[in-house]
Amino acid sequence: MNLNLRGALAIFTNELMRAFRTAFGSIIAPVLTTSLYFIVFGAAIGGEIEEIDGISYGAFIVPGLLMLTLLSESTSNASFGIYMPRFTGAIYELLSAPVGVAETLIGFVGAAAVKSLILAAIILATATLFVDYTIVHPFYAIGFIMLVAAAFSLFGFILGIWADGFEKLQIVPLLVLTPLTFLGGTFYSIEMLGDPWRTVAMFNPIVYLVNGLRWTFTGASDFPIGLSLGMTFAFLAGCVLVIAVIFRTGWRLRE
Amino acid sequence: MDATRLQKRCKQPFEAPVSDPILDIRGLSKTYKGGTTALAGVDLTIRKGEIFALLGPNGAGKTTLIGAVCGLVRPSGGSIHAFGLDATRHWRDVRRRIGLVPQELTFDMFAQVERSVAYSRGMFGLPPSRERIEEVLRSLSLLDKRKAKIRELSGGMKRRVMIAKALAHDPELLFLDEPTAGVDVELRRDMWRQIDALRARGVTIILTTHYIEEAEEMADRVGVIDKGRILLVDDKAAIMARLGRTEARIALTQPLAEPPPSLGAFPLTLEEEGHVLVYRGGDGTGQGKRDIAELAQALTRLGIAFTRLDTRESSLEDIFVDLVESPPSTGTGTGA
Repeated sequence: MNLNLRGALAIFTNELMRAFRTAFGSIIAPVLTTSLYFIVFGAAIGGEIEEIDGISYGAFIVPGLLMLTLLSESTSNASFGIYMPRFTGAIYELLSAPVGVAETLIGFVGAAAVKSLILAAIILATATLFVDYTIVHPFYAIGFIMLVAAAFSLFGFILGIWADGFEKLQIVPLLVLTPLTFLGGTFYSIEMLGDPWRTVAMFNPIVYLVNGLRWTFTGASDFPIGLSLGMTFAFLAGCVLVIAVIFRTGWRLRE
Repeated sequence: MDATRLQKRCKQPFEAPVSDPILDIRGLSKTYKGGTTALAGVDLTIRKGEIFALLGPNGAGKTTLIGAVCGLVRPSGGSIHAFGLDATRHWRDVRRRIGLVPQELTFDMFAQVERSVAYSRGMFGLPPSRERIEEVLRSLSLLDKRKAKIRELSGGMKRRVMIAKALAHDPELLFLDEPTAGVDVELRRDMWRQIDALRARGVTIILTTHYIEEAEEMADRVGVIDKGRILLVDDKAAIMARLGRTEARIALTQPLAEPPPSLGAFPLTLEEEGHVLVYRGGDGTGQGKRDIAELAQALTRLGIAFTRLDTRESSLEDIFVDLVESPPSTGTGTGA
């Protein structure tokens, strides 16, 4: 197979440029929102809350808030990226071009993931203004953040193909991802929950992601890091499989 | 035109064999999920370097046919070969050499003109080339708008951007789906000049249109499609010769009860209570005019006076309307 790398690069660059064209909505807004969390929960209330696992509350919530941004932004970026050309009809260009599933994913999903990574870097830098935190396993942290950004960009891509209206595009991030992330240990340790909520929380896949990222920051987690990595890889593989089926059948693209 | 005669003519084998085909479609069919059959076994061959006009009413299957070749629609059956390659197996090589200008103005309205065109070029696997992009923009009178956002352009300019995007990767085969729909007469004629210039550069062009005038003006060959079937494909001149008609209306001084029996060789009818003798015949090559001259002499010899004689040649539009309203009963998808 002759991969059309120039085609992939064209999509990738175009998507990134689209993000920078709307810098306020796509970069400043999420950074501002996350900063508000740091001010309220980290600097203001956090000072009154006792340490968790020997870590200040402000530092404890950094991985959770980062995960919240990563999940919502990766999903939104990728879903909008593919949904907008479907909505405007400009998808004809992609479908008639010599680009296949690999180039499409490198372009759309790659750009969405890179944008999320840029956001993650900005948010981490911003967090230093409000809370003191350290990253115990920096290389694992970078790897885990990249993995999550890729997995949820893939998920967003599926969402953007599935959606047949802007409402559907918003439903999953707002009504599924955000609540699951809030209930996934962003602001607390699962150990702090009593039964039956602790057991219920185990069925929330976001719990494993938040705890995985928290382990890379603090070295402490409610679950082994292997379990978190396994869950993330499984999610990523599932998304790739679904996308392969979508391209093979032409579902919602070549109907 | 008489439907039976039209059908008889359409069943005649088409004479011109296709030389040097760039696109060969065999038995192409497409049935959508809801059960709508958009293409019902289309056979069509396109010659290299020609301008081919595909005519058909709304919902005839024109856009589906283009979509199937360009990869927008997954066909239900049949085969497509372009540049001698199977379009399914060698889709990358085939698509790289095809350009498409869709009917709708569909692009990122906030993008800059030159960036949008450069994006299209990149997507087709070509390296960036400022010179080539500028050349394309210049050829479409868009160079001074290259920094403008697409949404700031007029409708006609936007359509030119669509064409520029399709030309950015130098396609050998270009599909233009209703290229002049909704544009004013001046711009339409400008578009025709652009299309002619493309043909001069060796680009094969397939255009769909509602404007028969456009097909008459531009096309080397014409195809008529309706209800997913190709009704007719032939050289424009050959169609006019085979299906063209001459009509003469002769205003008589005195009404007749019936056409004179001695003029039985001419296809005559009486209208307006016998006041107008109507001739409908000929073959589009001048036979009709010769018949009318003979008829006028015969009327004079018979002492039948007339005050006026109006003649009219049928246009491609008349032929198209006749075909679509009374298609050949066999419905063969012959498109050679």
